[in-house]
Amino acid sequence: MPTVIIGVARDIIEHCGVARLVFTDFPLGSPCGEPGDARMQGKIVGSALDLLASATGPRTTIQSPFAWAKGDAWKASIFSKDQPWKTEEETEEWLARKALYRKLRSEGKV
Amino acid sequence: MNHVRYIDKTRDYYLSQGYDKPYRWANFDDVPFTPLNKPLAESRLALVSTSEIALRSWKDQRTPLEKGEQGNVYSFPADTPLDDLYSQTHSFDKYATTLVDVNAYFPVTRLQEFAAAGRIASLAPNVHGVYNAYSQRKTREKDAPELLRRLRADAVDVVLLTPV
Repeated sequence: MPTVIIGVARDIIEHCGVARLVFTDFPLGSPCGEPGDARMQGKIVGSALDLLASATGPRTTIQSPFAWAKGDAWKASIFSKDQPWKTEEETEEWLARKALYRKLRSEGKV
Repeated sequence: MNHVRYIDKTRDYYLSQGYDKPYRWANFDDVPFTPLNKPLAESRLALVSTSEIALRSWKDQRTPLEKGEQGNVYSFPADTPLDDLYSQTHSFDKYATTLVDVNAYFPVTRLQEFAAAGRIASLAPNVHGVYNAYSQRKTREKDAPELLRRLRADAVDVVLLTPV
């Protein structure tokens, strides 16, 4: 089945290897365009439809032409001390989910 | 400016948090590719997301894992009112953006517009989500075949996948 991905984590997706990728150089959470900008979202989704037809082989990546309106400062801040990836609460939830997964796995339930 | 190297950044971050075994990201030498076999205007498209897209109207908001269920694939009607949709994920850059506008990561309205304009024949009646299975093998051997089964049941021709 022909597939296309719209994503922001270009390195992860290309490391995996996919058929077609529309890469948008935006923060995690906004691969299909800036929130509230329906016109930009339409352009990006439209380019994914174009790529479904135009790609001739796997690992075809195109880049959306848009720049994040507030600039690229967000890139330097990722995973910095000022901006922990997960809050304490979220870390606890993540660890709880992992522990639950290990428990269910040990019981043969997942 | 160059794109963010998430693989390097997450490895460094988790090392700094005391996890000494770096995560092994999925990696394949051979990547399958299926060419479009009919014009897009005659193709039914399905939307698939790993954004933990959820419905406010669900009585039980727990993930399948939290409910002790085996499956990580779930589906709901593509014409679900937009204001019923939200994402449960924390895995996004909350300092730089928000998930308030669902179409910025789950472009269901944009696809409905393309269907109305005739760019695609239709948006498939169901949209699909896949939760993180904590196991690449399970994603490959259980979730992917289940997703494909559901897509075929809806006579889907092409798929748009959106992580968050």
